[in-house]
Amino acid sequence: MRVVLSNTSGVPLYEQIKEQVKAAILAGELAEGDALPSVRGLARDLRISVITTTRAYADLAQEGFITNVAGKGAFVLGVDSELVREQLLRQVEDGLTAALDAARLAGLDRDGVVEILDTLIATDEPEDAGAATTDRPTGHRTEGQDQ
Amino acid sequence: MNDLAIAVRHLDATRGTFHLRDVSFELPTGFVMGFVGRNGAGKTTTIRCLLGMLTPDAGEIEVLGQPLPADPALREDIGVVLDHSTLVEDWRLTEVERALAPFYSRWDGARYRALLEEFELDPRHKVKELSRGQAMKLGITLALSHHARLLVLDEPTSGLDPAARDELVSILGDFLTDDGHSVLFSTHITSDLERIADYVTVIDAGRVVDSAPKDELLDAYRLVRGGPEDLVDPDVDFLGLRRNETGAEALVAAGQVDRLSGDLVVDRPTLDEIVVKMGDHR
Repeated sequence: MRVVLSNTSGVPLYEQIKEQVKAAILAGELAEGDALPSVRGLARDLRISVITTTRAYADLAQEGFITNVAGKGAFVLGVDSELVREQLLRQVEDGLTAALDAARLAGLDRDGVVEILDTLIATDEPEDAGAATTDRPTGHRTEGQDQ
Repeated sequence: MNDLAIAVRHLDATRGTFHLRDVSFELPTGFVMGFVGRNGAGKTTTIRCLLGMLTPDAGEIEVLGQPLPADPALREDIGVVLDHSTLVEDWRLTEVERALAPFYSRWDGARYRALLEEFELDPRHKVKELSRGQAMKLGITLALSHHARLLVLDEPTSGLDPAARDELVSILGDFLTDDGHSVLFSTHITSDLERIADYVTVIDAGRVVDSAPKDELLDAYRLVRGGPEDLVDPDVDFLGLRRNETGAEALVAAGQVDRLSGDLVVDRPTLDEIVVKMGDHR
């Protein structure tokens, strides 16, 4: 299992682990019944706290991607296609929302956005699903307060 | 198995003119706690109490489920690495084993020699010939050789170069693959060990400022920055407020951020920033 963490992405470490394992499952790199590294083994290998890996696995279990068997470890569950589709739809929505935010800043109207989208579809090269979820540029998180 | 490796409740202690006041924290078994604070905040005094080297004025301490003062056998379950060596300087590492092994019923000579080799420590070297990093590794080797379940490290990274600090993180990670093993380390440099710590206790001027799972602690505060006229809201507690001609900066509880006025930058603080700001309010 490949997990690569960024210290500067601003995305919490447990979230990064969760998204990467999820992407591997959705992409079929991890199959039903595959064993994941133990939470303590993963914490050691990634040099992070046990609580962080435990939280990532707990979230994955809660979302139905893996199951934690006491004393045995964590295993990949069979992903039903409905769930996969829902996850992918959410990714599409997230991506389009980000695009629309940028379009608004750039002063693009609906036609302009659609034109870009059409061009992209026309020149489409299928993109790696894993990269789409993990490379989200979040930067350092700042929240402006204005009251 | 007891589910708390360390429980400290309402500890008061005196060491010279220094006082610990109402120090409380808990470390669940199987996890790592970073005990952070500036120099002189009370970290070493607390550790001395935990190890039975200093008798508290008040309060209770339980280590691995046993209330202190405990049966001397408890010593075998605890591996201690202090920031100064307690070993005779002229001993060779082979003599260190000969001197200490009789005190531990579970002493594992094969493990000792294997770890010396793994850490590239020459058994013929004398204690005084070791560098800081090597002395730290010898301390951990001794702790692991008597099969300690709890490691207590006082300032393990001070004086270590980055490579040796990195190695320490690996050693602790290996130790923690056993879920019956726990680690408490004190430090004033938080960045190295920040990532592997599950829990953090911040101590300042003899009092615990906060003790919580690390992510909760980091989540509980915001570092806010504004112009020189900002950060004056009367119903907000500004910790470590610093103000100059170009701006103002302070630590604020996350729950109070909504009460702030002005055009401010709100960042998530690092552990270092929390320690510094907490210590700034004198």
